[in-house]
Amino acid sequence: MLRPLPLLTTLILAGTVLLGLIGTVLPAIGLGPTGRGLSLDAFHAVFDWPGLPRALLVAVLSGVGSTIGALAIATLILAGWHGTASFRWLERLLSPLLAVPHAAAALGLAFLIAPSGWLMRLPATALGWETAPDILILQDPWGLSLMAGLIAKEMPFLMLMMLAALPQVAEGPRMAVARSLGQGRVAGWLKAVFPGLYAQVRLPVMVVLVYGMTNVDVATILGPNTPPPLAVQVTRWMTDPDLAQRAVAAAGALILLGAVVTTLIAWLVGERVIAWLGRAWVWSGRCAPPGLRVVGWGLGVVSALAVLAGIAALAIWSVAARWRFPDPLPEALTARSWMRHGPEIADVTLLTLAIAAIATAVSLILVIGCLEAEHRHGVTASQRGLWLLYLPLLIPQIAFLPGLQLAPLVLGVPPLAAVIFAHVVFVLPYVFLSLSGPFRAWDSRIARAAAGLGAAPDRVLWRLRLPMLLAPVLTAAAVGLAVSVGQYLPTLLLGGGRISTLTTEAVALAAGGDRRAIGAWGLGQTGAALLPFALALLLPAIAFRNRRGLRHG
Amino acid sequence: MRLPSCLADLTIAIPAWADPNPADWDAVLSEADGQTVYWHAWGGSTTTNDFISWIGEQAAEQGVTLEHVKLADTADAVGAVLTERQAGKDEGGSVDMIWINGANFASMKEQDLLFGPFAEDLPNWQFVDVEGKTVTTDFTIPTEGYESPWAMAQVVFIHDTARLAEPPRSALELLEWSTNDPGRFTFPQPPDFLGTTFLKQMLIDLVADPAVLQAPVGDDYEAVTASFWAFMDALTPTLWRQGRAYPQTGPRQLQLMNDGEIDMAISFSPGEASAAIANFELPETVRTHVFDKGTLGNASFVAIPYNANAKAGAMVIANILLSPEAQLRAQTPDILGYGTVLAMDKLSPEDRAAFEALDLGPATLSPAELGPAQPEPHPSWAERLAEDWVARYGVAQ
Repeated sequence: MLRPLPLLTTLILAGTVLLGLIGTVLPAIGLGPTGRGLSLDAFHAVFDWPGLPRALLVAVLSGVGSTIGALAIATLILAGWHGTASFRWLERLLSPLLAVPHAAAALGLAFLIAPSGWLMRLPATALGWETAPDILILQDPWGLSLMAGLIAKEMPFLMLMMLAALPQVAEGPRMAVARSLGQGRVAGWLKAVFPGLYAQVRLPVMVVLVYGMTNVDVATILGPNTPPPLAVQVTRWMTDPDLAQRAVAAAGALILLGAVVTTLIAWLVGERVIAWLGRAWVWSGRCAPPGLRVVGWGLGVVSALAVLAGIAALAIWSVAARWRFPDPLPEALTARSWMRHGPEIADVTLLTLAIAAIATAVSLILVIGCLEAEHRHGVTASQRGLWLLYLPLLIPQIAFLPGLQLAPLVLGVPPLAAVIFAHVVFVLPYVFLSLSGPFRAWDSRIARAAAGLGAAPDRVLWRLRLPMLLAPVLTAAAVGLAVSVGQYLPTLLLGGGRISTLTTEAVALAAGGDRRAIGAWGLGQTGAALLPFALALLLPAIAFRNRRGLRHG
Repeated sequence: MRLPSCLADLTIAIPAWADPNPADWDAVLSEADGQTVYWHAWGGSTTTNDFISWIGEQAAEQGVTLEHVKLADTADAVGAVLTERQAGKDEGGSVDMIWINGANFASMKEQDLLFGPFAEDLPNWQFVDVEGKTVTTDFTIPTEGYESPWAMAQVVFIHDTARLAEPPRSALELLEWSTNDPGRFTFPQPPDFLGTTFLKQMLIDLVADPAVLQAPVGDDYEAVTASFWAFMDALTPTLWRQGRAYPQTGPRQLQLMNDGEIDMAISFSPGEASAAIANFELPETVRTHVFDKGTLGNASFVAIPYNANAKAGAMVIANILLSPEAQLRAQTPDILGYGTVLAMDKLSPEDRAAFEALDLGPATLSPAELGPAQPEPHPSWAERLAEDWVARYGVAQ
């Protein structure tokens, strides 16, 4: 019964992406229900758009820049501090950031760094400025603030991914050898541990790269607008009142997809070049430049504090009465925003969590089924199979979701079911990413001993393996819930606008600009994503209160 | 598939049997009882959202459940209806009612995506100011009963008297002020609705004879708009952030004002500034003004898609929106501050007294100060201006 599960799971994920891509390609070349026959008019329209070069450039820059930045900071922190007390402190600071939804983090950050924002209000109050300086910080044409926002949000993700993969690369012995050859801490780690570790986290790195190039929600809030990054422009074409622009949007999405594929190839080539240069550095025996250790730690703390301060700003806005520039705090506090939005936030939170719970449960069952099939029958996903699993994360959402929009209508699937299905497609890879390591690392001699005592495989799974893996299963569930809560485009496009979640509401409000409403909804969104993580930490601690060795999966 | 026009006329004259007949209001009411109406309306403003949920409470009394689908952009709803038609879903559609006007209405009407005519059969249509307000044309396109008005809008400019005592009252005065005090003005980035409105307002103020704008864009576009583009070329480098970034929507523009980044902003709602002061969103020192030559005005409408699932329920809600009670609430400044579409002389004495007793709030102009509304240009002008603006200033220089 378990045997076909891996194939089925791969088909659900890859099949959805392929169907969606076909649904995007057809209108772009003039075919399908609205088409007027095979033509490349839509592509010509995109190439005629004067903003295209800059929009593509900003997409590539923010994607590549944010990936390099996030990877560099995460690497420096691990290289310089893994295993120390300061590292554990920083890890505790960074972990909750993973759950903060992208939109909420971006909104908070926007208020922090704007020329009239929180940071600037400190000198403004001190020096008595009446008006904010007219400098272009937010939405700068090169997308630097967008890049900074993405780095702050993706760095904790990459760091935790690397942390999860560390046990597989024998960090201790490698470091011991490197140190005994006279290497410093950072240089030794970069030379001996990083190459092996990078191979393990290559897929998450590419996911970050693709997300950086193609996200819509963060780019709308922090990115430039004259012109916007290509993904944002494609969304605009898609929602243009002139319905002929749909084909243009499809063509734009395909051009973006082409850019993503090209960038990924360039990244792979870049890996080779870095490896070649790195090898020369390793053999040279030279040390790392001094100060790297402190720089890594500083950047990590700054980016964590920026996101946390942004969330704090959201919290204060949600209870603020009048709050003018340059006051660092509001004139008075009021519960009015919460009275106004609270009841609705509660309703929407319930629906959001229900969708997330079902999508996560389905994903968990499929992932555990796949992993157990691998364990019992040796049906392992090859490296190529793994790529298929990550396909929904590697192909930009904007390129295949619009093509799926028609599917639920044609098949007669209710919007809620369609949304849950779409969430599974994005939740499952993350659940797999999070659970596969600990699941495979479980000591299978325990299973052999149990089988020797006459236990059937199912009994081993239910009575031994899953209970012992409670902590990682719950963590995987929390990751799944957080991913589901944060989904914007899938909910919007497959729900046909009828399914409101905390994220769709928060992004719709961001279009408005009422900071109090944004504050209340952004906090609700953050809370819904954080709560499962708190539970995932708390439950094993309670269940295993007298089983010390089981508390950390 | 588009029907030949004679056939289309036939189908309008004899509505499909499944659709409710707006002229038989009792039948509409009984069909509406128990229906759920999904109203797709822009969800970016807290005050509007609260007003819509109040309308929902009124609708519940007549057995109609109202669900507000909050849009970031009205075109999303148009897109949803089009998607359904592509999928062959010609009944039981997901959109029951849309807050609409201008280009979206023109586009839907042209593609036969609307149900109707129904508006002039609504019982509360008797109160509507058909003669005095532009409620039967929408951006020069005749509505022909395919959309029902519910609020009047007119362009006003909001300025902070603490920093700008004598606000500019014409396009040229605006340029003069912005040149002398650069970086203190901006507008929502076209093709945003309000940003495009700013372009139209400047064009009307600068063009020699605004009457040419009532016809679709013709061969004389270059000549008509030459002075306008010269004005924009001069104005843009003096804008906030030297015109290298713009707020994306009207409310974000107001937030910039509260943050002390700009001193003057455009609004399409004469009561918005008062409502914003009451909601702590703008300083108390804010006031509104109009241009000497007058400002643009138009109506907000609701329309029902051809494949709506709850047409009867949607008509009941369109009718509630036209009731004196709802109109009075909409005009109350700290609730919504939208102008009414009703004619005072058609109302009962009590209702009229209630409207007259309304305190419009500190920053709202009286109807006399507001002056007559200038008519909207044909939608092709807005489209062309926005397109050309994007090509000239909307992509990096």
